[in-house]
Amino acid sequence: MLHIKCPHCGMRSQNEFAYGGDASVKRPELNKEISDLEWDNFVYLRKSLRGKHLELWHHISGCRQWFKVQRDTSTHEIFKTVKANEDI
Amino acid sequence: MSQNFRLDNIGLINRDKKISFKFNGKSYFGYEGDTLASALLANGIHLIGRSFKYHRPRGFFGAGVDEPYAIVQLYRNNETEPNVKSTEQELFEGLEATSVNCWPSVNFDIGAINNFLKIFLPAGFYYKTFMWPKSFWYKVYEPFIRKAAGLGVASIKHDKERYEHKYEYCDLLIAGSGPSGLASAYAAAKNGARVILAEDKPRFGGTLLTSEVNIGNQTGKEWADNIITELKEMPNVTVKNRSQIFGYYDHNMLVMSEKLSDHLPKTKKYHPKQRLWYIRAKEVLISSGSIERPLVFGNNDTPGVMLSSAAKEYLKVYGVLIGKKPLIFTNNDSGYETAIEFKKNGIIPVILDTRKDPKSEIIDEAKNLGIEIKFSYVVVAAKGYKKVKSAEIAKISDDKNELGLLESINCDCICVSGFWTPTIHLASQSGNKIKFNKDIDAFVPGVSKQNETTLGAANGTLTLEETLKDSFDSGYELSKKITNNDNKISLPVIIEKKSTQHDKFWCVPLPKGKTYKRFLDFQNDVAVSDVEIALKEGYRSIEHVKRYTTLGMATDQGKTSNLNGLQLVSNIENKIVPEVGHTTFRPPYTPVTIGTIVGREVGKHSRPTRKSPMHSWHEKNNAVFVDAGVWLRPRYYKQGNETLFEGSKREAKNVRTNVGVCDVTTLGKIDIKGPDAAELLNRVYTNAWLKLPIGKARYGVMLREDGIVMDDGTTTRISETHYHMTTTTAQAANILSHLEYYLQIVWPELNVNVVSTTEQWAGAAIAGPKSRELLQKLFPKIDTSNEGLPFMGYVEGELFGVHARIFRISFSGELAYEINVESDNGNYMWQKIMEIGKEFEIQPYGTEALSTLRIEMGHVAGSELDGRTIPYDNSLEGMVSKKKDFIGKRSLNRQAFVATDRQKVVGVVPLDKKTSIPEGSHLVKDANAQLPNPKLGYISASCWSVEFDNPFSLAILKDGKNMIGQKLFAMSPLKNKTIPVEIVSSHYVDPKGERVRS
Repeated sequence: MLHIKCPHCGMRSQNEFAYGGDASVKRPELNKEISDLEWDNFVYLRKSLRGKHLELWHHISGCRQWFKVQRDTSTHEIFKTVKANEDI
Repeated sequence: MSQNFRLDNIGLINRDKKISFKFNGKSYFGYEGDTLASALLANGIHLIGRSFKYHRPRGFFGAGVDEPYAIVQLYRNNETEPNVKSTEQELFEGLEATSVNCWPSVNFDIGAINNFLKIFLPAGFYYKTFMWPKSFWYKVYEPFIRKAAGLGVASIKHDKERYEHKYEYCDLLIAGSGPSGLASAYAAAKNGARVILAEDKPRFGGTLLTSEVNIGNQTGKEWADNIITELKEMPNVTVKNRSQIFGYYDHNMLVMSEKLSDHLPKTKKYHPKQRLWYIRAKEVLISSGSIERPLVFGNNDTPGVMLSSAAKEYLKVYGVLIGKKPLIFTNNDSGYETAIEFKKNGIIPVILDTRKDPKSEIIDEAKNLGIEIKFSYVVVAAKGYKKVKSAEIAKISDDKNELGLLESINCDCICVSGFWTPTIHLASQSGNKIKFNKDIDAFVPGVSKQNETTLGAANGTLTLEETLKDSFDSGYELSKKITNNDNKISLPVIIEKKSTQHDKFWCVPLPKGKTYKRFLDFQNDVAVSDVEIALKEGYRSIEHVKRYTTLGMATDQGKTSNLNGLQLVSNIENKIVPEVGHTTFRPPYTPVTIGTIVGREVGKHSRPTRKSPMHSWHEKNNAVFVDAGVWLRPRYYKQGNETLFEGSKREAKNVRTNVGVCDVTTLGKIDIKGPDAAELLNRVYTNAWLKLPIGKARYGVMLREDGIVMDDGTTTRISETHYHMTTTTAQAANILSHLEYYLQIVWPELNVNVVSTTEQWAGAAIAGPKSRELLQKLFPKIDTSNEGLPFMGYVEGELFGVHARIFRISFSGELAYEINVESDNGNYMWQKIMEIGKEFEIQPYGTEALSTLRIEMGHVAGSELDGRTIPYDNSLEGMVSKKKDFIGKRSLNRQAFVATDRQKVVGVVPLDKKTSIPEGSHLVKDANAQLPNPKLGYISASCWSVEFDNPFSLAILKDGKNMIGQKLFAMSPLKNKTIPVEIVSSHYVDPKGERVRS
């Protein structure tokens, strides 16, 4: 079980959190004309990389805040966690 | 009654307390402090079971966690547990145990015929033999193999014992209470760190209990006892015995199984049997010691062949002699220690040492005691079937390839020592890159991945002095890092006998013309010849060899067999062991009961049960409940002997003719506030929300970004910036997370707050033609006319003194209202509705009637919004705005989603108007078509239409739009039914929706 530092609450066990996917994905702006390919990439395509991954987690059994985690997908090492509006 | 193999003056057992027990139906006694194994050995019992494959007699090989053979079926307090290691099971009054894997008895076992057929049971035997004919596998072979090759038998009874889980945090977690565990715990504790020290055995001290050493003018045991006594008194230290740390997981989380009651005849009332600890440690010190390695020779599985360290432990801890004519077979100095202990207790051992001319203090001591030592000698084979009676021995050449003349030597047990294998399981599980240490011919921990340090024998350290020094240092350094304290303990004076280099030789060659089985894995009956066959057949990867031969795959996980297996492969392949590699160490280190893993989460406690505030009323009024997500909801209210079908029909009928009331508390409710609330709704729902007036509700559909319908519900505008959203019961939590995601991550510029209010409001839906009259009586001050409170209208009012929200919304398709009050007033509201409703012939209705009402109205719900359908499929395309953008809109242009023959919800009626169509049935054109019969659609929901008194179903059907009026077949192979049906509109009742607006 991972030990994750919520930027709002501090160190908590993984079972308080829900994983939220790749944090580098940007939703296309509303009402913006984009190609099928761009939309397809946004909806379906995710990198399944080995190594440092920037991802979202949701502190569902805590403060209910979404935040960013930089984690190594092969070792589970967590390098940094920051609030949703902060950059790593 | 005396025990033939028990000494009077040695051991740590309590001779004042006799304990009686039964093994295979016969009564014996032992003493408090015995294990089942030590008590049986004291009684001269060596035959305890039969082996897995050949049913060869099995005795005791070890004295603890490493034991491969001596497993029993244990009976305790009317419960039974299979495959319990007798070497770990402490004796308690009334203990009963039986042998496993033998029939009809351990002495006369029919399966032992396999032993004579062993030529037919080589490696990969199952793969080769039972492949054909295919149909024989599950009818003939599998039942036979299961009966013949099983181990213990699991109980099928409900386990009444109590198991607990516990979460704990500490600075240092120390696994093992041997010399290194005690020293590091003591050093760290004295330096102020929060320490947990875990020992799997009942007694603390590890090898200090059996070794002849002196620490600070105390014996090893005295020193251990004093340290433990002091640690137990320190407030920053938790000391646990009978506690096995069996897994090392990410971020320094370890799990430990604590056995609190297994050593007692019966668990005390309200006490747990076992407890699972989740321990998050800042630093982990692994002091798990090492396990002695067997030497491999002919018939080395005969009862009476035992690890020399185990023989020593039985002697020194339990006062038990495993034999009176011991033969010690060793390739290192450890065997001498055992021989010396025998000699000191009046037993005359003979030592066979594979080495030619070793010299050390220990060897000198043995010589001085007059012990007979034969150098360059090996045991070729053990003789005797159910117990060692003698041994065939021979001189071995210096190159270890040639055996001299075979000689026979009388003995009743053979103590083997093939040097030591560090217990590196925890280090390896933590991600440590383990490495091979040539000096000790074994793997040791390498570079740490997590905050873990391995000490002492587990790290390949051989002397006590070095072990204690490293451990004191590590305990001090690591605690200093955490506590910033600087209290250092000085190293005591240590006296121990020096030993010399071990011999790398471990596997005795077969003499010419002999076919002795030389076993590597004693529980799974894997012999040297099996590994040889596997390699001959082309298996190279050690992981493949393991699986093909089952080497190391038994319940002992190869604690005594793995390294010898690797050595054998490397010898045959002419490689060095690190090139062969090693198999993966996976948790659990020792078997853990399912009860411990599950803990208290059994039965009702396996998940929370949520009840509405009106639950007690439902109970009192014969509600039959159904699980709806985590909620309990009334399915129907049983009258007399009514079936579900009859009851739900009555309730639904009453809604259509009079008025019914349904508990809708479980619906998800989300309170939405903020100046941008309307904008948020406009983005998450498919329809337009910017112009919804205050005091009005609107139905909305939410999509995922991929265009699939996620949820539906109504949202009401309560004030300028305040909305009340409802979701389906099942999706409530997901929708809240969904909204939070978009508000916090995608559109943080929106000034909106969302919070779940599901449990703050109790809800009752009153539905039926008489619901307006009822509402008027409940709220005399409110204008309930169609103009005053129109369809989708919202007002607030006072229900006999309590504040209420009234929504004119309908799921049943009838004129209906939903009343919400604060949860605490829910029961009061319900009682008032029932009381006032009496004159309108009100009846409560459950989820089954609710389903019936919505199905015949063609209202889609969870069974249609199943994560595979888009708005069009559910005839909700009218809800999709063409003007604005929203979540998932772009995906609705996908080719498949705009196909002209796209699936759509339809109604289905059986042609005979009698036969109910099973949900999940497939719709096909031709019932007799060749398989696979092309599927046109499927039945999503079925009911008995109370309006028309015949069965009615909803289906998702390909090209549903153009299929109305078609005749198809609904086929359910599961129920073996083929029903001719007609496709009709999904809006079976009141297709124009006039009732809800009336």
